[in-house]
This record gives sequence, structure tokens and C-alpha cells, in this order.
Amino acid sequence: MKNKPAGLYIHVPFCLSKCAYCSFYSSSSLHLIDEFTKSIPREMAFYKNIFPSFDTIYIGGGTPSLLSVAQVHDILLAIHFNFQIHLQAEITMEVNPGDASQDYLQQLRALGINRINIGIQSFDDTLLKFLGRRHSARSALAAVEAARAAGFENLGMDFIYGVSGQTMDSWKQTLKTAVDLCAEHLSCYQLSLDKKTPLHQRYLTEGLSLLTEDQALDYFLTTSQVLTDAGYTHYEVSNFARTDSLKSRHNMKYWCHTPYLGLGPAAHTFLDHQRWWNKSSVEAYLKSIAGEMKPQEGFEKLSLEQLRLEAWFLGMRTKDGIDLAQFKTSYGCDLLTDKKPIIDELIRNRLVELTERHLHPTLAGMAVADSLALI
Amino acid sequence: MENIRNFSIIAHIDHGKSTLADRLIQFTGVCNERNFQDQMLDNMDIERERGITIKSNAISLPYRAKDGKDYILNLIDTPGHVDFSYEVSRSLASCEGVLLLIDAAQGVQAQTLANLYLAMEHNLEIIPIINKIDLPSADIDRVLEEMDSELGLDPDTHIKCSAKEGIGIEEILDAIIERIPPPAGDSSNPLAALIFDAHYDSFRGTIIHCRIFEGTVKNGDIIRFMHNNATYKVEEVGHFLLTRTKREKLSAGDVGYIIAGVKTVADVRTGDTITNHDRPCISPLPGFKEVKPVVFASIYPIASDDYQDLADSLEKYKLNDASFIYEKDSSAALGQGFRCGFLGLLHLDIVQERLEREYDLSIILSVPSVRYRFTLKDGKVIYVDNPTHYPDPAEIEKGEEPYIRAAMMLPERYLGTVMKLCMEKRGVNSNLSYTGPGRAELSYEMPLAEVIFDFYDRFKSVTQGYGSFDYDIIDYRESNLVLMDILVNGEKVDALSQIIHRDRARSRGLLACERLKDEIPRQMFKIAIQGAIGGEIIARSTISAFRKDVTAKCYGGDISRKRKLLEKQKAGKKRMKMIGSVSIPQSAFLAVLKSDND
Ligand SMILES: Nc1nc2c(ncn2[C@@H]2O[C@H](COP(=O)(O)OP(=O)(O)OP(=O)(O)O)[C@@H](O)[C@H]2O)c(=O)[nH]1
Ligand code: SF4
Ligand SMILES: [Mg+2]
Repeated sequence: MKNKPAGLYIHVPFCLSKCAYCSFYSSSSLHLIDEFTKSIPREMAFYKNIFPSFDTIYIGGGTPSLLSVAQVHDILLAIHFNFQIHLQAEITMEVNPGDASQDYLQQLRALGINRINIGIQSFDDTLLKFLGRRHSARSALAAVEAARAAGFENLGMDFIYGVSGQTMDSWKQTLKTAVDLCAEHLSCYQLSLDKKTPLHQRYLTEGLSLLTEDQALDYFLTTSQVLTDAGYTHYEVSNFARTDSLKSRHNMKYWCHTPYLGLGPAAHTFLDHQRWWNKSSVEAYLKSIAGEMKPQEGFEKLSLEQLRLEAWFLGMRTKDGIDLAQFKTSYGCDLLTDKKPIIDELIRNRLVELTERHLHPTLAGMAVADSLALI
Repeated sequence: MENIRNFSIIAHIDHGKSTLADRLIQFTGVCNERNFQDQMLDNMDIERERGITIKSNAISLPYRAKDGKDYILNLIDTPGHVDFSYEVSRSLASCEGVLLLIDAAQGVQAQTLANLYLAMEHNLEIIPIINKIDLPSADIDRVLEEMDSELGLDPDTHIKCSAKEGIGIEEILDAIIERIPPPAGDSSNPLAALIFDAHYDSFRGTIIHCRIFEGTVKNGDIIRFMHNNATYKVEEVGHFLLTRTKREKLSAGDVGYIIAGVKTVADVRTGDTITNHDRPCISPLPGFKEVKPVVFASIYPIASDDYQDLADSLEKYKLNDASFIYEKDSSAALGQGFRCGFLGLLHLDIVQERLEREYDLSIILSVPSVRYRFTLKDGKVIYVDNPTHYPDPAEIEKGEEPYIRAAMMLPERYLGTVMKLCMEKRGVNSNLSYTGPGRAELSYEMPLAEVIFDFYDRFKSVTQGYGSFDYDIIDYRESNLVLMDILVNGEKVDALSQIIHRDRARSRGLLACERLKDEIPRQMFKIAIQGAIGGEIIARSTISAFRKDVTAKCYGGDISRKRKLLEKQKAGKKRMKMIGSVSIPQSAFLAVLKSDND
């Protein structure tokens, strides 16, 4: 685990406006972006000795595309200054379609960003409006075109399904459009609503409803079917890649207990059985950095049992599943003996499959990954 | 000695014993207003939550009587529920008198009689008290009539009281002093102290609750437990005031505690006599009647790693519950555990809850059973209280089950429904008499198994709470018995097996399958539940598959949040036992016996 190259995540917690379904913390105090950009390199200094090198970098948010090219430049420069970055590193930045002018994207490409993840969510304007997104389907298409023109060969797109008013046909249409655009990577999330969100309120007052279990399953299986037919690999519950090498290498680190360093407000870090996370408010984060303090808010040391649980539930979310021998070495548990009766039963019910070295969920199993997690 | 009085408060359940104890405590001023709380002596959480007394509790009250003299009144509050009658009988062995409470609205009830008989067996002075006279429905004349006709007590000896309103308290205190004799015994004789209870304190070890009948015990004495001659040096003696309060010595007539660094918990036995090692008494005190458990079930730790922990905890628990017995046992489905005996299902329920609360254990109980008797073809007679030990059917000559005589007191208007219930429960040889206008006393002979499992609740509900019930075991009677096994997903779960009457098998099998269907949460695959006699399936039900959280999210590096959520859900499943591929919740094992009607 330790000698696998680590991943670096930079969290940019600013958004121009709040999407109606979003329960993440994000700040609209855009005047703080400048100080934020200057603080990130100072935070790097705390960790440069314990995280010498990275082979993935992910600038996420929030809305990282609110950063100017110069600000992205400064951050990348600091990264290269503090850490060693592999030559073939995957360097991703999330982009809001509304911010994706060709000029902007071209300059990002020139800075070394080689993967763009666009938060498209839907190609249906009514749904985009309903979700409170600030872009249109047209601008999403334009963003994709601009990214291609800027030379990006690795484009990820995020989508949401299960939105009130959406039909299976319109969802299939959205998927078809993405396929036609040759997206290298697709993340398809089912809408879930936190009680605090305005959209939840709206669902309540207007008597709207989320998908039933059966509908959700239908959407999940259809999504998988459509994309697999189009040649994609369904490699994680919500994620699809056009080829194996186009999987999100950075996200894979989260799912495989590979170390990662998270910088910026609310970012999480994992290293050697330890996980810590930063203060989520921008102000508190900036204050810590200004005071030469690590902006950490919480810390935990994971017990073997906790690691085991994580490895199990994460494994049950990915197509590759769990490497049994490695599971045994890393977590001291021989799954096939310790959980034999239930695993046999799951196999009989075609929820998991056993290959030579791996125990992995079937599609039906992936659909209920959370239930598998609890066995 | 002259100024000591030892007495218990006894009554039918809910007639106000603990409330009266509160008033006596307050009146004698042991407790100031600030420290006072209702049901002062019900000091276990579980007693307060359920509003019933489970254990007898002793307290010493200093009191200056009208004659100007100072007295020590050793009061023992006792439980009213049948399942805890062993607590009552042990308390009575330490007393010279009792306050017998009768609810002015409810009148004489089954445990009023049962407890009165217990007191009479011990030759105790009885002070009848009519409680709850404040109630609008109080009918004192009727109660006086019943005292005479049903209890055979002189109605002139009664005291009227409202424990709630504090009426009659001083009169009761005076009666205690005037009417209950002081303890006999001589403090210069060799020590003879009766152990009537004990509990384990993690700082001090075993704390012995005892009544001194003869002699004196003090710090530094070497004492001896007469049943096994183990000796210990006394570290502390004292009284039970609101808390343990040290004293220099305890002498004949006193009720109090002894701490003697007893580390071997098993040395302390309720009913044993403690004497002085250097100057022993000649013979032990009579002790207590042996406890006769009527319901048996096995206890298993949910995690098999916790077996040793369970073993240690049971040993300590037993100190404080003399009516609980246990021995080693094992199950193919649940592993190593203990076979335990209980005085009833409420007792079983309380034991389970106390073990979980006081010892932080997660346990599973097997389906409870009574003790059956089998005569085998070779003439051997065996008793079986554990379905796992059911003999080979081909070897059985005759099966018998225990019968009881149930004594029920109820208003006449409920006779019809109660008789119907008793017949449904295979009751025979009924006997009906009228004890007063509109009041009936009904008795039936019934199989114990039918009575223990849900009779009591149904009886209470059909009589709308106006009926009371008591029983005595009478004999064993021949019965066509079979062993019914339960298979969950094709696998036999021995802890769910039951011994039952053949005529009942199909309906009980169905009931068990239905109950399990309700209790076992849906899992990721379909589960078949079957009831079987030998190889023959007689009942079945199916739990359909349930797969939840389709495509649940997990994004970003915040894996902890997701894990914590799962940990929480897993903790919710902690009280489940994985048997084969199926998680079975603790509650399922007891639910099997519950009937449709409740
Ligand atoms: N009205 C009225 N209610 C009373 C009186 N004495 C007790 N009660 C109520 O009767 C109920 C039962 O009282 P407890 O003192 O718990 O009865 P108990 O006899 O100790 O009950 P167990 O220990 O479970 O057998 C409580 O709700 C009391 O408040 C009384 O004098 N008048
Ligand atoms: S852009 Fe993303 S982080 Fe910002 S409000 Fe919308 S969903 Fe939330
Ligand atoms: Mg009580």
C-alpha cells in the first residue's frame, strides 16, 4: 500500500451560486479566492516530506474553473516545487460548462492539465433549470467542443439521473449524446436529497418523489446496459470508462486504500491507516494557514477492523472487486473461510462472483453495494 | 435487640408496596427531600422503567416512637409478580412480621393469598393494611369482608392507608413497634448469620446481605461459610441506609452487610449460614427452600469470543439472583453457551436485560422450554428441558409433561371468556366457587407449557386487568409429545427447536414460521423457513429478498463518512446472530412462542 504512488487532491470550495440539490459546503465569497490560492502552497509545505511524489493530481470543488489561469498556474507551480510529479501523471481539473471557453481550456492544457471533468449533469434544459445549474445544454455541448479543440483527449462528464420530470427516454437520450461526444469517462449519479437542500424542500411542498427502489434499479441497469453496449467498462457503481486505461486513476486511489493527500478546506487525506480532514469553512482554513498552523479539523487512526470494512465495501463497489490474497495479507482475514456461508449464498444468488484471485460483485451486486457492504 | 423490628412489605403486584416504603423512608427522615425520588428502593433502572419491583430491597430506618424510645426498623420491600416470589420467601426468612397490603379498589388478589401463605409458613406477625383508600373506587367494606372470608384475618386488625397521600403512616409505624415482636437470639452466642442476598461490586468484591440470628460479627473476625468451610477475614460490616453505611459490628437481630474480600464468587450462596471460624455454631440455619425453575433456555454470546466474558458475568450475576440457575451447554448452531433455569418468562426477560445492561453483553436466548419426562423402552426415566437432548423417538415408551393447578380470581362477568381461554390451553378439571357477590374463584389443571407461554398476558387482557392468577405445579401427565425443528434456509437451527404436543404441532409450526418471518429482516436473498417433525415438513414461510440502497453514492476522499454510516448500520445488526448465511435477531428466539392474540 505504502509504496504505491500517492494521489494529490486540491479542493476549491467556491461556487458562483448554489445548485438546488447540493449539500456540500461551498462558499460564494469569491474575493477570498486570491488568498486561498496563496494559502494552498503554504499548506503543501507541511506535507512535502511525508508525501514526496504523486502520479495523480485532481483539482476539484466546488467550482475550480472559477480560478483564473494565473491562479491555476500558481498552484501547479507550487505542486511541482514541493513534490515530485510523475511524468505520466493524470492531472484532472473539474470544469463548469459555463466557464469553459476555448481560450481558458487551451491555457489549462498548456499548463499541463491533461484531463477535464465537466459537470454536465444533463442535456435537458428543463432538468438543468430544475436542478438550479447555471449552465444550459447548449453551453455544455460548446464546452465539450472547446475542450476537444483545446486538445483534451481525456474528457470526463458527470450526470445525474432520477430527477423529477425526467423520463427514461430523456435519460437514454442524454447518455446517447455523451456517447456520441466520445466521452472518455462518465460518472452517473442517482439524485439523492439531503434534508437541508432547497430542492428537498421543493420536493416536499410540490409533492414530488424520488425514484422507488424498483425504478432506481431500472435506471441503474439501463445505464449500465446502454453504456456497456457502447463499449464502456462499468468499473465502479457510478463510473464508466471507454477503455481500461481511461479509468479515473485518481478516484481509484480512494477505492484501493492508496495514500492520498487532500489540500484545501474540507479535503481528506489518507496515509498509513490514518485519515485526517481539513476545516471545511474557507475562513477557518485561511486563518489556520495565516497562523502557520495545519488547517486540520479531525483525525482518525483506523483499526484493522475498520480498514477491513472499508476495503470490503469499496471492493464491493468496483468491477475488479477484492483481491483475496492481498486482502488476507493487508487485513488479516481470509474472506472465503471467515464468511464462507454467506459468500456461498451470495454467489448462488449471483450477487458476487469468484474468479481465480478475486471476489467481485456482479452487476446485480453492484446495484446493491451498500447492502453487500453490511454482510 | 428489644428495639429492633424486622419486617417485609408483601402484596399482590402493584398494590403499592414500594410507594408505602417511600412514605416510611420519608417519615422516619432517613432521606431528606432533596435526595428523595419516587420508588426509592427500586434502584435498578429496569425497575424504574417498568414500574415494578424485581428484587427485594432492605433498608434500616431509625425511628423514635411515641414511647420516646429509639428503634431500628429493618424494612424489606418485596416484588409482587409471581416470577419473583422466591425473592419474597427469602426476605421473609429474615423477618418477624409483615405488612400485608391490599389495594382498596382491587381487593384480595391471587398473590395476596400466595404471599399471605408464605408469611404464615414462617409464623410471622401479619399486619393487614388497606392501601389506596384515596381512590374514588375504593371499597373498604368489601375488602374487610374479603379479609375475613378469603384470608381468614381478623378485620379489626387492619390499618387504612394511602401510601400515595401519606395517610396512616404513623399508625403503621406504631403498629410495627407494638405488634411485631423483636427478634429473638443472643448476641453472645456463636455467630449464625443467614445469607439472603449478595451482589458484586467491582471495587469491593462480593457484598453479602445477611440477617444475624445469633452472635456478633465485626471487623477482623474470621468467618466461615458453612456449606464449604471456606474462610475469610471480615473487612467491613454495616447497615443498609440509603447507601451502605459502616458500623462497628452487627449483632443478633440485625440485618446488614458483610464485606470479607471474597474473591471466589462461588463461595457465597444464598441460604448458607455464616459462622465464626474460631467459635462456630453447631448447625447451620434452616436456609431456604430450593428454587425450582420452571422455564429453561440457553444463553449464548452473540460473538463466540465473548464466551469467557459471559461465564464470568453469569457467576457474578447469580450472586444477586438466587433464583437463577445455569450450567454449561452447547449448540450446533450457536456454539458454546449455558443452559439456564428461570422462574417464568418475565424472569427470563429480566435476566436477559440485566445481563446486557449490567455486564454489557450481547446475548441470544434459545426458545424457552419446560421440563419434560420421558420413559424409555429400556425402562429408564429421563427429564429433558432442552429440545437438543430430545431422545430418539424410537426409544420412547412414554412422554409426560408437567401440569399445574391454576388459581384465578376474577369478577364473575369474565368467567365465560376465561373458561374458553383455559380450555384452549388444554385445561381440565375445573372448579368454580364464589368468594363474594360477583367474585369468582376458578381453578383449572393445565399443562405448564401452555400457561407459561402467553397465558398470563392473555388472561390479563381478557379480564381487562381485573383478574389475578397464581399456580402450583402438581404432577406429570402423559402427553403425545413431538420435537419440532426449525430450518432456516435449509439449515436446522437447534436453538429454535421446541418440544410440543402433537395436536399442536402444525399450528405452532405455522405460528413459529410466521413469527420468524416477521422477526428476521429481509436479507439479500430469499429465505425459506420451515417447521419439521423428523424429516417431514409441516409448516413453511418465505422471506423475500430485499436489496436496498440501489446505487448508493460514495464520492471523493471522504470514505470515513460512508464507513461511519455503515458502522452505524452494522451496530444496528449487532444484536443479530449469523447462523449460516442468515442474520437472525435476538428477538426472533423469544417471538417464536408469542401467539397471534397479543
Ligand atoms: N391512588 C393511589 N395510588 C397508589 C397508592 N399507592 C401506590 N399507588 C400507585 O400504584 C402503582 C403501583 O405502586 P407500587 O408502589 O409500585 O406498587 P408495588 O406493590 O411496589 O408493585 P410491584 O413492586 O411491581 O409489585 C403506582 O402507580 C403508585 O403510584 C395509593 O395509596 N393511592
Ligand atoms: S457546483 Fe457543485 S459544489 Fe457547487 S453548488 Fe453546484 S453541485 Fe455544489
Ligand atoms: Mg414495588
